[in-house]
Amino acid sequence: MNYSVLKNNQRVQFASIPVIAYESFIETISGMLEDKNNHCVNFFGFPSDNKVKLICCIASDTESCIHVTSTNVETGSSLPSATAHNLSFEKFEREIHENFGIKYTDHPWLKPVRYPFYRNDKSQNISNYPFYSIESEELHEVGVGPIHAGIIEPGHFRFLCNGEQILHLEIQLGYQHRGIEPLFIEKKKLNERVTLAENIAGDTVVGHTTAFTNLWESLCDYTPTPDLKFNRTLALEHERIAIHTGDLSAICTDIAYQLGSSVYGRLRTPVINYFQKWCGNRLAKSLIRPGKTNFPFTKELAKEWFKTFEDYDPDFQEMSKRLFDLPSALARLERTGVVSAETATNIGMVGMAARASGLLRDIRQTHPHDFYQEIGYDPVLQTTGDVYARINIRMEEIIESMDYMVDLINHMPDPARKHPAMSAPIPDSFVVSLVEGWRGEICHTAITDDKGDLLIYKIKDPSYHNWLALALAVRNNDISDFPICNKSFGLSYCGHDL
Amino acid sequence: MFEDFKILYHQGKQYIPDLTTVEVPGIFRGRPVITNENVDENLLIDMCPTMAISTNPVSIDLGKCTFCGECSFAFPSKIQFTKDYKISSNIRERLIVKAGDTGFVELDAEKIRKEIKKIFGGSLKLRQVSAAGDNSCELELNATGNVNFDVGRFGIEFVASPRHADGIVITGPISENMAEPLQICYDATPAPKIIILAGTDAISGGIFAGSKALNRSFLDKYPIDLYVPGNPVHPLTFINGVLSLLGKGKK
Ligand code: SF4
Repeated sequence: MNYSVLKNNQRVQFASIPVIAYESFIETISGMLEDKNNHCVNFFGFPSDNKVKLICCIASDTESCIHVTSTNVETGSSLPSATAHNLSFEKFEREIHENFGIKYTDHPWLKPVRYPFYRNDKSQNISNYPFYSIESEELHEVGVGPIHAGIIEPGHFRFLCNGEQILHLEIQLGYQHRGIEPLFIEKKKLNERVTLAENIAGDTVVGHTTAFTNLWESLCDYTPTPDLKFNRTLALEHERIAIHTGDLSAICTDIAYQLGSSVYGRLRTPVINYFQKWCGNRLAKSLIRPGKTNFPFTKELAKEWFKTFEDYDPDFQEMSKRLFDLPSALARLERTGVVSAETATNIGMVGMAARASGLLRDIRQTHPHDFYQEIGYDPVLQTTGDVYARINIRMEEIIESMDYMVDLINHMPDPARKHPAMSAPIPDSFVVSLVEGWRGEICHTAITDDKGDLLIYKIKDPSYHNWLALALAVRNNDISDFPICNKSFGLSYCGHDL
Repeated sequence: MFEDFKILYHQGKQYIPDLTTVEVPGIFRGRPVITNENVDENLLIDMCPTMAISTNPVSIDLGKCTFCGECSFAFPSKIQFTKDYKISSNIRERLIVKAGDTGFVELDAEKIRKEIKKIFGGSLKLRQVSAAGDNSCELELNATGNVNFDVGRFGIEFVASPRHADGIVITGPISENMAEPLQICYDATPAPKIIILAGTDAISGGIFAGSKALNRSFLDKYPIDLYVPGNPVHPLTFINGVLSLLGKGKK
C-alpha cells in the first residue's frame, strides 16, 4: 500500500504512514485527484534527518476518509511538481518551495506565499514581490493595499486592467504572518496552545479552536463527553449565523444599499451578544477547551437562545425577502465574479464558495465530527457561482443553521457531572482534524515525537484554497465590482498568513 | 417604498442612548478585582496563557491578559472579573490591577497632551491599521460605527486615508511584514496626531509576544496616547477610552 487510510480525528502511529519514493509519491497523489470526489486537504514539508519530509493528505468525500502518504527529499533539490498534473497542488508546492528551497522544475507560478520568518531565501522580501506585468501602452496597473480603505486586514492586490476591465489580478499576502505554527511547538502549555488556536482567525474562533480541540483530544486518546461535543457543534453553527449575518450587512454596504447594511448589521448584534451571554466574549474566545468547558450550555441558555431567535427570525426573513427581490441589488450581484464548477474543482476550492459554484465540499456532510452525524445535514448548493450565489447561500445557510440549532437544543444532552481528566499526547502519533467553519474546511494536522511532544503543527484555513478563486473570479469584470467580489468570498488574511 | 418603511418600523430603536453608563448584557470580563487571600501563587501564574499574572502582590496586567477567565475559575475567591468595561488608560502601568485595588482604571488627565482636547475634542478622525490583527478587534472597531453604538454621534469616525486622519489605531501584535506599511501610514498622517493601541495583541503582543515573526520597534519610537485592553476590545471599552482621552468621558 502506498498510503494510509484514516478517519477525521483518528490517531495513527506516525511510523505507520508509508514513506515512498518521490516519483511514486507524485503519481499516487495526482492519481487520487483524478477522482473528482477527492481533494487535497493538506500537503506540507518539515525537516527530518537532514532531509525534507513531505506529507500529503487527500480526503475522499465519498468514503469519508483521508489518504495519507509521505516521501523524503533533499533540501534545495530540483524536482518535478505535482502541480503539473493537478493545479490544486499549486499553493502547497509554492509553500514547500518557499520554506525549503525545493525547486519545482515545471511549476508554472513558483512565487512566495507568505514570507515567513523561516523562509529559505532571506533575500526575498515582502516589499520586492515579483508581480506579473505586461508591457503595453493600452494596459495599466492598479495597486491596492496592503492597507485598505476600511477597517480590515492587510493584503496587496495588483490589477492589470484594460480600461475599466480587469485582465488579471495578483494577490500578494503575508503581511499578517505571526509565526503561529512554530509557536505551537515552542509553547508547551495546553492553555497557551488553545489560546493560539483561538487567535488564528478572530472571525473563526469556534472553527479553529474546535479543530485544535478535537485534534488534541485524539492525540491524547481522550473521549469527550456528549455535552462537550454538543457545545462545539452548537457554537460552530452559531458562529456561522453570526458571521454570515455580518457579511450580508457588508455586501449591502458595498452595493450602497443602506437599509440592508443597517438592518443586517444590527441583526448581527444580538447573535454575537448571545456568545457574550454564553461565555463572556462576543466572538466566543474562551468557550471551547480540550477535555472541559468553563461554560456549560444550560437550560437557561437554551431559553435565551430561543428568545433571541424569535426576535431575529422575522426581521431577518423580511429583510432577506426585500434584498433578494430588489432589482437594483440583483443587478449588481448576478453574473458578477463567476467561478464555474469546473474551475472550482480544478483549483480545489472548498467551503461555502465551492458550494455556491455547485461543488459539494462540506466536512459536515463528508467527514462528520461531533454532532454532525446526528443532525442529518443536507448541504445548500447553488449553481451559478457568481456573487449572487455566494451571498444567497449565506442567507440559506443561516436559515438552515437556525433549524439545526433548534433541533440540537431540543435534544440537548445533560451536562456531564465531571469531565474525565486528560493525559498527555501519545508519542509517535499523527492526527488530521477537519472542521467545516463558516468559510469552509479547516484542517489542522499534528505529529508527536517519541516523547509525546509536538513535533509539527500544521494549519490550513479554507482561505488558503480560495484566494486563487477570487483572483480568477474577477477576470473580465469591471474593477469597480472588485469590492463586492472580494466581500462575497470573505476570505481571511491572518488565517492564510498564520 | 412602503415595504422599506415597514422594515424600518420593525427595527424599533436600536441605538444605545448612553454609551457611558449602559450595562453589557450577560457575562463580561472587564476590570478584575483581586483579594488579599492566600493562594498557591505558582499554580496561579502557571495557568495564565500570556504571563499576565505576577506576584508580590498578585496583580493582573490588562495589557497582557486575554480575558480567558481561567484564573478566576480556578481561584474564584481570589480573582473576580467585574462588568466594568472602562479599562483604558494613557499610562501603561495603570493597566496593572493589584490585589486590594478597588479603584477604577483611569486616564491620567495631567499626562494627556493639551492639544488633543483642544484640536480633536469636537471631531476625531482615525485611520485603523491592522498589523497582523486577527480580525476580531477589527470587527469590534467596525461595530463602534454601527447603528447600536454609533460613535459618529461624538464626531469620532474611521476614515479611509491616513491623510484625512488625526491619528492611527493599531490592532495586532505588529508583524515584521507590516512594520514598513505601518510606518508609511503613520508618516502620511498629518501632525499633530495620536496613536491608540487597541487590544491585547497590540499592547503587549499577547499570545504572540516573543514570536520571531514580529517587529514591534515602531512602538519604541513614539509616545502612545491610549491603551485599550481586550481580546478583542469591546466597542464600549474603545468608545469610553477615546471619550476620556478627549476629555468627554464621565466616570
Ligand atoms: S483571565 Fe487573564 S490573567 Fe486570568 S488566566 Fe486568563 S489571561 Fe491570565
